[in-house]
Amino acid sequence: MLSKRTYFLFVLLLFFSVNHLAFSAEKKEGEFNMGEMIMHHVLDDYRYEIMHGVIIPLPIIVYKDSGLEIFSSSNLFDDDHNALKEGYNGFKYDHGKLKPIDPQLSYIDLSITKNVAFLIMTSILMILIFVTVARGYANKYSVPKGIQSVFEPIILFVRDDIVKPNIGHNYEKYLPYMLTLFFFIFFGNVLGLLPAAANLTGNIAVTMTLAIFTFLITNFSGNKHYWKHIFWTPGIPLIMRVIILPIELIGVFSKPISLMIRLFAAITAGHIVLLSFIGLIFIFQSYGVGFFSSLFVVGLNLVELMVAGIQAYVFTMFSSVYIGLAIEDEH
Amino acid sequence: MELLTPGTGLLFWQVIIFLTLLLVLSKYAWKPITESLKEREKFIEDSLDSAKKAEEELVNIQKKNEELLSEARKEREKILAEAKTLSNSMKDDAKNNAKEMADKIIADAKKVIDSEKDKAMNDVKNTLAELSIDIAEKIIKKDLSQDSSQKKYVEDLIREINKTK
Repeated sequence: MLSKRTYFLFVLLLFFSVNHLAFSAEKKEGEFNMGEMIMHHVLDDYRYEIMHGVIIPLPIIVYKDSGLEIFSSSNLFDDDHNALKEGYNGFKYDHGKLKPIDPQLSYIDLSITKNVAFLIMTSILMILIFVTVARGYANKYSVPKGIQSVFEPIILFVRDDIVKPNIGHNYEKYLPYMLTLFFFIFFGNVLGLLPAAANLTGNIAVTMTLAIFTFLITNFSGNKHYWKHIFWTPGIPLIMRVIILPIELIGVFSKPISLMIRLFAAITAGHIVLLSFIGLIFIFQSYGVGFFSSLFVVGLNLVELMVAGIQAYVFTMFSSVYIGLAIEDEH
Repeated sequence: MELLTPGTGLLFWQVIIFLTLLLVLSKYAWKPITESLKEREKFIEDSLDSAKKAEEELVNIQKKNEELLSEARKEREKILAEAKTLSNSMKDDAKNNAKEMADKIIADAKKVIDSEKDKAMNDVKNTLAELSIDIAEKIIKKDLSQDSSQKKYVEDLIREINKTK
C-alpha cells in the first residue's frame, strides 16, 4: 500500500516536472542560471550576501606602490547592488572579482572578503568556546560539565587516537598545532554548512595555507634519518637510490598537495551537490521536486556533517603521520 | 579554474589569523586543558595504583595471618601429640610398675604360702608321727607280748614309717 502511494507520488512528480520543463524551455534563458548560482555560493566575494537583497558591504584593502588603500565595497555598487562600470578608486567589480581599471596597475589585494570575514568570525567563536572550556579546568579534579564535557572527548580523541599513535613519544610539542588544525577544519566545515555561511574550508587558499603549515612543520622537524631516507635511501642498491631520489622528492611535495586538494575537493563538492539539489527546485519550480529535493538535501546535509568530521580527522591524521615519519627514530 | 586559484587576500589573512588562533588557543586553551587532563590522568592512575597496592598489602596480611594461624595449629597439634605420647608412656610405666609390684607380691605370697605349707606339712607329719607313736604305744602296751606276729607287724609298721620319713 505504501509502495503504491510512493509510486503515485513519483508519477505525479514526473508529471509536474515534465510540465514545467516544457514551460521553462519556452521561457527566455537568463532567468535562473544554476552554474552561476552555485559558483556565487562556493566562491569568495567582496560582499557578504546573507540572503537575496540583504548585503553587507565589506572593506576592500589594496596595497599599491603609493601605499594602502581602504574603502568600503559598497562604493563599487549602485543602490540596486549592480556593479558600477566606472568603478571606484581605480577598481571595479567584475563577476565576483576586483579588477583594476588600468590593467597595468600592480597591486596586492588584501581585502576582507566574505571568506576572511567568516574566518574572523570562526576564529573568534573558537577562542570564545575553547577559553570557556579551559576555564572549566580551573578546578583540576572536578568532573567536566557543560560545554567542557562536549569538547573534552573530542580533545582526548585528537590526542589519543590521532596525534599520539602517529607522532609517537614526542607528540606533546605538536599537540597544540594539531588541536588547532582539527578544530579549525571541523568548525569551518560545520559552520560552512549553515545558511548564509561562507565556503571557508572549501577554499583552496585556506586549505593551501593549512597544508603549507603542515609541510613546514614536517620538514623543519625532520631529523637526519628522514633526510637520509629521502636523498640516499639506505639498504638498497646504488642504482635504485638514484631512481628513488626523485620519487622521494616528489613525495615531499605531493604530501601537502594531497592534503590541500582533499579538503578543498571534499567540502566544495559537498556544497556543489547540496546547491544543485536546491537549484533543481528553482529550475523545475514544482512542488513535487521541491518536496523531494528538500528531503534529499536534508539527507545530504547529514552526510555533509559526517564529511565535516571525517575531513577534519583525515587532515589532522595525515599531518600527524607525516610529522611522525619525519621525526621517527632510526630503526 | 577560478575555484583553484587562491586569492591573495584570503591567503594573507588565513596565515595571519590561523597563526594568531594557534598562539591564542595554545596559550589560553590547549595549555591549561592538556595540562589539567594530564594531571587528572596521573591522579587517577596514582589512585588506581595505590588502591592496587593496598589490595596487595591486604592479601599479604591475610596470607601472613593464615600462615600464623596454621603455624599455631601445627604447634597445638604437636603439643597435643607430645602430651599424648607422654601420658601414654606414663600410663605404660604405671601399668608396668603395678604389674611388677603385683607379681612381686604374688611371688612373695607364694613363697610364704609354700613355706607355711611346708611348715604345716611338717607339723602334720610330726603330729601324725606322734599320734602314730602314741597309737602304736597304746597298741604295743596292750598286747605286745601276746603275739609274736603282731609284734612283727608293729615292727614292720615302724619300719615303714621310718622309711617314709
